[in-house]
Amino acid sequence: MSTTNYLFAGFGGQGILFSGKVLAYKGLMDGKNVSWLPSYGPEMRGGTANCSVIISDNPVGSPIVSKPDVLIAMNLPSLDLFENSVAPGGMIFVDSSLIERKVNRTDVKVFYIPATKLASDNKIAKLANMIIIGKVLKETNGFENEESVNNALKQVISAKHADMLEVNLNAMRLGRDY
Amino acid sequence: MVVFDKPNSLCDVPMHYCPGCTHGIVHRLVAEVIDELQIEGKTIGIAPVGCSVMAYDYFNCDMIEAAHGRAPAVATGVKRANPDNIVFTYQGDGDLASIGMAETVHSAARNENITIIFINNAIYGMTGGQMAPTSLPGQVTQTSPYGRDVNACGYPIKVCEMLSQLDGPEYLERVAVNNVKNVKNAKKAIKKAFENQVNKKGFSLVEVISSCPTNWGLTPSDALKWIDEKMIPYYPLGVYKDRSAK
Amino acid sequence: MANKVLMKGNEAIAEAAIIAGCRHYFGYPITPQTEIAAYMSKKMPKIGGTFLQAESEVAAINMVYGVASTGLRVMTSSSSPGISLKGEGLSYLAGADLPALVVNVQRGGPGLGGIQPSQSDYFQATKGGAHGDFHMLVIAPASVQEMAELTVKGFELADKYRMTTMILADGTLGQMMEPVSLDFDVKPMPEKPWAATGTKMQRKHNIINSLYLKPEELERTNFERFERYKTIEENEVMYEEYLMEDAEVCVTAFGIASRVAKNAIDEARKQGVKVGLIRPITLWPFPTKVFEKYADKVKGFISVELSMGQMIEDVRLAVNGKAPVTLCNRSGGMIPSPEQVLESILKVNNGGNK
Repeated sequence: MSTTNYLFAGFGGQGILFSGKVLAYKGLMDGKNVSWLPSYGPEMRGGTANCSVIISDNPVGSPIVSKPDVLIAMNLPSLDLFENSVAPGGMIFVDSSLIERKVNRTDVKVFYIPATKLASDNKIAKLANMIIIGKVLKETNGFENEESVNNALKQVISAKHADMLEVNLNAMRLGRDY
Repeated sequence: MVVFDKPNSLCDVPMHYCPGCTHGIVHRLVAEVIDELQIEGKTIGIAPVGCSVMAYDYFNCDMIEAAHGRAPAVATGVKRANPDNIVFTYQGDGDLASIGMAETVHSAARNENITIIFINNAIYGMTGGQMAPTSLPGQVTQTSPYGRDVNACGYPIKVCEMLSQLDGPEYLERVAVNNVKNVKNAKKAIKKAFENQVNKKGFSLVEVISSCPTNWGLTPSDALKWIDEKMIPYYPLGVYKDRSAK
Repeated sequence: MANKVLMKGNEAIAEAAIIAGCRHYFGYPITPQTEIAAYMSKKMPKIGGTFLQAESEVAAINMVYGVASTGLRVMTSSSSPGISLKGEGLSYLAGADLPALVVNVQRGGPGLGGIQPSQSDYFQATKGGAHGDFHMLVIAPASVQEMAELTVKGFELADKYRMTTMILADGTLGQMMEPVSLDFDVKPMPEKPWAATGTKMQRKHNIINSLYLKPEELERTNFERFERYKTIEENEVMYEEYLMEDAEVCVTAFGIASRVAKNAIDEARKQGVKVGLIRPITLWPFPTKVFEKYADKVKGFISVELSMGQMIEDVRLAVNGKAPVTLCNRSGGMIPSPEQVLESILKVNNGGNK
């Protein structure tokens, strides 16, 4: 019986909420209880954005993640703000192309992924979020079954944009294999 | 030979209006039109807050009593729910042009397919003669005891002129009911306003210049004269918008 | 799980309303309930319904009054400051005995307040919300699934008792996504012979009205309405008990606060504290009896609220002095943390609340 609390944080426009949604759907596909809670308000228009995702074997209590097991920091203000809240033994995923400093905590596992650079090198500039998610899923044993990842993507990407499925999946593979 | 009979669309009950008040005339005109168009069975009337608040007891069709000024919003709901019903509001100047101005303007802008009968008697009757948004400059009322001071209270609102600036409304006409000729014209306008709705043409409003002898402090006949001498010069009668006429 | 989709609470309310047969929605933009209007504006034109962005909250609730007068299912939604504006219409709906569904996705107040989640409209919702002697059925969901289910139930109760149901949610529940199943059995709508649909020249005219100038008549309608309220209090109370069987401390909370409370309760149980939760689902009628049942058995009650303490007054009335009742709260858009609730639990458990 386990519960994992994820906190995604970055700028508005980085696809923070979207990647949280992919993760939540992945949990749903795996038969777990899930919740997804965005920060809302003026942040939507370019400030910081974050979202809490909880994936659990039990019914989810509070949907608010204040002590994340997994922090995904897509910019420096987010790392500054949330680094200390990560649960001991947790994980921090850092977009190292946007965040120059190292994580100070020594009681957590840290992954540096130059996601934004990888994305622009591979001409998928808007998909840094998906690259990071690929890595997150791999490190949390969520990428063992590519089928279920693909199914989760299908739920989030509307049929109208079906051509984006493969592109997103490739971005996630990039992160997985980094 | 029957020379005078009650329209079927009016209930056979005594009305509470003051002697010399023209609400009774306008009620009758509305009821005659409903009879003539044979729409009573599908008509729903919306009563306002003001002297005609109890219009729901006077019209034989289904009636809804609305909050003060909100009749056009209520009518919008009713009409959207059942577009085949004929929906009219019957509102005074305080109701329509003061507290309900937003509802009036926006239902006109949306060209809601409803009919509004707007009684302009330049005063709040029900509450005892306070200044209305249509009270004339200098007019003495309970709340403008020294006469309406336009510097302090602003100018009267000319509803037909104002609404005529909108693209939305189908038909706007101002009439009066202070003499036989005017009453006949008023009926024609009211009929057209209902016919427009039957023909799905859209928002039709008839402003009826009416008298309030009680609160004007005039005899009924002097009140009718006051309409000619004071009201009509400020509120000229006529068609302010008629899209289908073009 | 196959039939479950992830939906925001706001969207779940909108979709459930459509499933319940609501084809008329009127609203005015306000955060954090906008997704309801956005959803309706997309869906309604495709299913022959009405979505209308009204010129004001006041107009929106009066459009609701118009549709309700014709007997069709209708709703509006808003957030706290907008609900204040709708107060007029809520009172008229009650006075004219019209069924309607109103959603309040609460945010912090007073005044313009903020846009973060709150429960500080509890008084407004449960004590009438506007002038005159009346109540609304007030239902407080605590999950996205309940946002949907209780919306359907809300329409059914509104029709059954000819009154307004208010769904009292908050910004968190409106914005969060959870898996939701939308397989509902919707009961057929009852006959509404009182509705204003046109006489078709076959009956006496129907009058939808809340004006009674004779006080004895107005009093009679109020007495009759409160008789109906009594039936509701006897039959429609909803609540959840969580780990109450052996509880020595009782936490009570509704909506999002109850979910925070559950985290704290689970943690306290791990520490050996016998603590449970009473979660009112109907806030009016308030589940008074279940509090009476436990009043003699627990060391104390803790009301967890996103307000300066509003539901706590109803809890105190129900407990009637038999046990201490304390408040654990945040306000203005802040949410109590499980740690804060746990601290309150431990304090009451240690008898430290005197």
